[in-house]
Amino acid sequence: MEFADLIKTPKLDGVFLHTTTANATVEGTLCITGHHLLLSARQENTQELWLLHKNIDCVEKKPSIGQNIVMGGIITLKCKDLRIIALEIKYAKDFFNVSASLEALSAIQNAELDYPFFYRPMYSILEDGYTMFRPELEFAQLISGLSMGGASSPNVANITICTPSTSAMASSIPHPLQNGFALEAAAALMGSSGSGSCMAACEWRVSYVNKDFGVCATYGATLIVPKAISDEQLTLSAAFRDGGRFPVLSYRHENGVGLIAFPVIKLCLYNSSSHLLQATLMRSAQPLSIQGIKRCRADEAILNLVLGRSKKGFIVDTWGKGKSNTETDLHYSQWKKVNRAIGNVSSPAAILDSFAKLIEACNDTGCTTDKWLSRLESSGWLSLVLNSLNASCVVAQCLDQEGSPVLVHGAKGLDSTLIVTSLVQIILNPDCRTVRGLQALIEREWIQAGHPFASRHRYSCYTPHQTRNKNSGATFVLFLDCIYQLYTQFPCSFEFSTQLLILLFEHSYFSQYGTFLCDSERERQELQVHTRTTSLWSYLNRPDVLQTLLNPLYEPNAAVIWPSVAPISLELWSELYLRWVIDQRNLTTTMAQIQELVTTEKELRIQALKLRKQALELSQEVMTLINEDDDD
Amino acid sequence: MDFTRFMNKFNEIERQLSPTSALRLSFDNISPETEEPPDGKRLWGVPVPPFVSDKVVSWIEEEFNEAPVYYNGNSVLKKVENVRMIDRYNTKNPTVGTLYLTATHLIFVEPDSNKETWILHMHIASIEKLPLSTTGSPLLIRCKTFLSVTFVIPKDSECHDVYTSLLKLFQPVSINKLYCFNYQPAKDDFPKNAGWDFFKLEAEFKHMLVPNDNWTLCSMNEKYELCDTYPRQIYVPKEATTLMLISSSRFRSKGRLPALTYLHNNKASICRCSQPLSGFSARCLEDEQMLEAIRKTNTNTDYMYVVDTRPRINAMANRAAGKGYENEAFYENIKFHFLGIENIHVQRASLQKVLEACEQKSPTMSAFLNALESSGWLKHIRSILDTSSFIANAVDKGVSVVVHCSDGWDRTAQVCSLAQLMLNPYYRTIKGFQALIEKDWLAFGHKFSERCGHIQTDAREVSPIFTQFLDCTWQLMSQRSESFEFNERFLLILHDHVHSCQFGTFVGNCEKDRLDLKLAERTFSLWGYMSNHLNEYINPLYKPNVDESIKANLAPQCIKFWRGMYSRFESGIHPREPLGDLLLDSKEHCNSLEDHVQHLTKRIASFKNYISKSAKKLQDATTANPKASKEPASNEINDNKYNYDKKLSELSAADDDHPLKATNMSFANLSLNADQTSPQALTEEISSVAVDWKPMRNVTSCSCSTPFDQFSKKTHCFRCGDIFCERCIDKNVALPGHDSGKAVPVCRGCFRQMQKQSP
Repeated sequence: MEFADLIKTPKLDGVFLHTTTANATVEGTLCITGHHLLLSARQENTQELWLLHKNIDCVEKKPSIGQNIVMGGIITLKCKDLRIIALEIKYAKDFFNVSASLEALSAIQNAELDYPFFYRPMYSILEDGYTMFRPELEFAQLISGLSMGGASSPNVANITICTPSTSAMASSIPHPLQNGFALEAAAALMGSSGSGSCMAACEWRVSYVNKDFGVCATYGATLIVPKAISDEQLTLSAAFRDGGRFPVLSYRHENGVGLIAFPVIKLCLYNSSSHLLQATLMRSAQPLSIQGIKRCRADEAILNLVLGRSKKGFIVDTWGKGKSNTETDLHYSQWKKVNRAIGNVSSPAAILDSFAKLIEACNDTGCTTDKWLSRLESSGWLSLVLNSLNASCVVAQCLDQEGSPVLVHGAKGLDSTLIVTSLVQIILNPDCRTVRGLQALIEREWIQAGHPFASRHRYSCYTPHQTRNKNSGATFVLFLDCIYQLYTQFPCSFEFSTQLLILLFEHSYFSQYGTFLCDSERERQELQVHTRTTSLWSYLNRPDVLQTLLNPLYEPNAAVIWPSVAPISLELWSELYLRWVIDQRNLTTTMAQIQELVTTEKELRIQALKLRKQALELSQEVMTLINEDDDD
Repeated sequence: MDFTRFMNKFNEIERQLSPTSALRLSFDNISPETEEPPDGKRLWGVPVPPFVSDKVVSWIEEEFNEAPVYYNGNSVLKKVENVRMIDRYNTKNPTVGTLYLTATHLIFVEPDSNKETWILHMHIASIEKLPLSTTGSPLLIRCKTFLSVTFVIPKDSECHDVYTSLLKLFQPVSINKLYCFNYQPAKDDFPKNAGWDFFKLEAEFKHMLVPNDNWTLCSMNEKYELCDTYPRQIYVPKEATTLMLISSSRFRSKGRLPALTYLHNNKASICRCSQPLSGFSARCLEDEQMLEAIRKTNTNTDYMYVVDTRPRINAMANRAAGKGYENEAFYENIKFHFLGIENIHVQRASLQKVLEACEQKSPTMSAFLNALESSGWLKHIRSILDTSSFIANAVDKGVSVVVHCSDGWDRTAQVCSLAQLMLNPYYRTIKGFQALIEKDWLAFGHKFSERCGHIQTDAREVSPIFTQFLDCTWQLMSQRSESFEFNERFLLILHDHVHSCQFGTFVGNCEKDRLDLKLAERTFSLWGYMSNHLNEYINPLYKPNVDESIKANLAPQCIKFWRGMYSRFESGIHPREPLGDLLLDSKEHCNSLEDHVQHLTKRIASFKNYISKSAKKLQDATTANPKASKEPASNEINDNKYNYDKKLSELSAADDDHPLKATNMSFANLSLNADQTSPQALTEEISSVAVDWKPMRNVTSCSCSTPFDQFSKKTHCFRCGDIFCERCIDKNVALPGHDSGKAVPVCRGCFRQMQKQSP
């Protein structure tokens, strides 16, 4: 298929553009290319509108009819970035051509025709985002307790990690490893020399059982599992779990209750057996309820090993009581089942429905206060946010306060499960509150964990309910909103600003980068996404880009950030949801002023120190002169 | 008990005073280290320092004697042990402590955490005895500051005692029993007259260039003959005749005739009045002329707006009682508008529902949003802002507006002041906002005594009108943060003191009441107190923009629930890292550093000057021409004189080795102060300013072990950079390392050190 076939009117003059924020109407020339819609007033100092076709969620046509003939009309483009644009076209033929082209172009299903496969960055890539967060290294750091995605240290060593040759992505790319200890831990994991150098690493291993994605279609090729569990057992457990998603390690938390309350005891315990106060977070899918299969000993073995010496563990079900299958009390006697449903119906489609209602309410700025509050309530979005935070806090508490292992699963383990496991890490682990840490977290817990971005984000909130399919969702948006809530409560504990969250929101829907393409690692390998497209992280980590996404107030905070989960504490993320309908300039100026204040403070400090030194030197000199003078 | 022991006890009590409590003020600026105990007051035979108020003495006496002590001759002070305090988020593990009842406060002390809760009797809105439970007798106390606590008292009889005592204390019958008439701040805090003369109505109007060609001061209300709830000075159109004024006043409810409250720079004005006594058909020609005269002061347009802030139906109903609204057929050239703000009863009921929404047990998101919606509070806030915006827009476009509601002291006060807030940047400064309150609320009359329930009154007269005004201001602030000089704390302090009656400022309902009560002589002014704490109220992001009017965004999505006000005391629900405080702190740090940099720059300049001069002198010496060095040197003396004088006063530079005292002093030495040249003095200057301030985030308590909570003000010592609670940092001193010589907060330790250095 050629794009040219779909583009019926590549260029059209005299199109009027109406947007909701700027009441002004702009006349300009419309251009349609294979991936973009362009509208330019063709004048100096005027902004051009560039819109990726993939950004278009819904095309609405309203022909204007005069004397029973269509005289042209208005095409309303409702975008996934929540913007609504109206194009007014004078002539009927153009009107139909343009709308048909846009409909066809925005509906292209073939992932290989997506823009990332055509986009070539104009800059050289300093760090390849596709190799930055290799699972082996991330897991090595997770196990060794080193910071994940941490700041780069000056002594960068290059090592090569060889993964099974069948894996296309593991093409022996030299990888910058950030420090020696991680290297050792990684080596320990790989089963080569240096094993035993890290106690914690002994319990876990990297498994390549899923190297050809045969055991689980949605997992990545590299997974971390208890060391004593064989690949055969994993296969058996996979057969027992929905979608083959057997329990895998998500996070290990070290700063358990022992460290805070009894530092001395903690030290002693740490010497004798290092893993005692480390709590493990696992995730999986629900167990299947297949006739005849009552239990799976391999699955039980995994959980028992994870339990280790702890007396009890928690299985947190994010789907809702009675709606998903859960482990039987009989065979998982030491595991306490906790229900923490995200919503009444925790399906991705239900989350998108809620999001759609929220945005509809947000866009109606002319209604009464009562109506707005009632629509905000009935959208249920803030309830979803609250429940997600609540579930995450429960899990984080089990890990941090009780020191117990936790297994989180929803139904398929692709949506609400990932929200909870990733939020827990943001709450507990300060590294996840840095730019790199957040990237690493999203890479581990969303992209490699198989959150189907392509399916979920194919349709967004403006597509009519009946047109969306059941795989559509807004889980990732919900996750970002939850981070936003944490951010509002701890505005100095995050290295990034909310701009990064908004940027992630946009790129997860439409992007020139390949990071959020496809549904799983398997699909990405099939399309060779890693070699044929550029990673979003490669772009974000360029110093000039990164600079714009930093939080001026950031001060590293090693503590656990426990948020308030009272309804009254939640705030609507107006910076994102209302940005096209209500002027958000105040926020921008506020941020700029904060930045200015913080910079001034730093500069003054340096200046004061410099002047002090100078003054002291001069005073010495003056003293000598006075003494000389006195001598005279 | 010896004096040391007494001081220890005193310090302990002082520490325990909650920073949010109103009484805290009375302990401000106490300096136990320096003052000598005088004769007079004695406690257990030990002289009591003068700065210790009688209340503290009696409190100590009470603490050491278990038997009830009579206070002020009649009220019984109670001390109850083993009381449990239950708040909403902590029902499972109530804190156990001791409850003290004093003449002015109810104090709950938690011995373990050193934390306590102070409740000013004047702040109590209601006291309720709940049904007896297994642990004791619960007493629910709700405050006007939206604090709500339950004390469970083990013995029912004791509970009953506390209950009946509080009933007597919390709402006096007579206005003369209000707290402000007993309140005494610390001796050297600020004088009684401070603040009472800060705002003069004439000055405020002069600010608007009134009187002028169109507007004149009317002298007919000098003795409150025209209207007793108005100020003595009222400004009316020059054209208005005596007859017009008298007749118009008679034709308006409570005599509140149309009078100028704000004149914009485009000649458009806001006048306020009460409803006309028009009934169904009555008219008053003079009142009609009066409005026409107001219209004529503005030549921009041939019409003006008359805004009735009430819903049409309310105004209609008033007609049956002989009141009503202006008939457009009789009044020429007016455009009449109803703008639909509900009356005081609706607002009172709405606030009640807001509080219920905040107090839901184990609330869900939906339940909270539903409750908030059904309270209608945000709807009312929006309608007040909407009306104010209407007035502001009209005035901005050059159209004059006459505003009234029923009596013209509730809704009219709200919308007139808010419109001015939107129109004029002056009112968005701290001083301007106070002036606005002084003018539109205090001078033009607002029934604070009834609306705030200062004294026992008809419950139907209580209404959160002023609270709504503050809420609307907050809405504007959160939409346009850089336009306001003050911060949220400023509004909260105002709200606290409007209800506390600690200061006479908000006592009484109009200017006449306040004069009759002789408040200026008998009580302290809130403005006087606030002027001592201005640095706490600064918005660090403020950018003064002169001549700019701001517009409120009235989309329902922009009207927010003010968590910081209505749920202020639910400490668990607020952002854990309060941005406002952190930024304010950064701002202060910047100021200190800037001052220090300025000082160092000057020092360096004078050093360099000296060095170059001595180089020149060396040169001169070789040419042997003494006159050549004289000219620039004399200039130099003048240049440094200012610095020298200042240093003299700051450091009392009477040191023996002072260069000016030296007899055989070289000329060059004179041009440079020796205390500057000596490295030791410079070191001292440098060490007097902290370049690095301790980060605020992980500080949980002051060095005096007072725990910091959400609202406690944490202050940095400018000298050592450490963080202290409000009571531990009570010294303001000019630092030698600062150029401006402005007094800045320093901790007690640093203060002592500085005194040692320069005795």
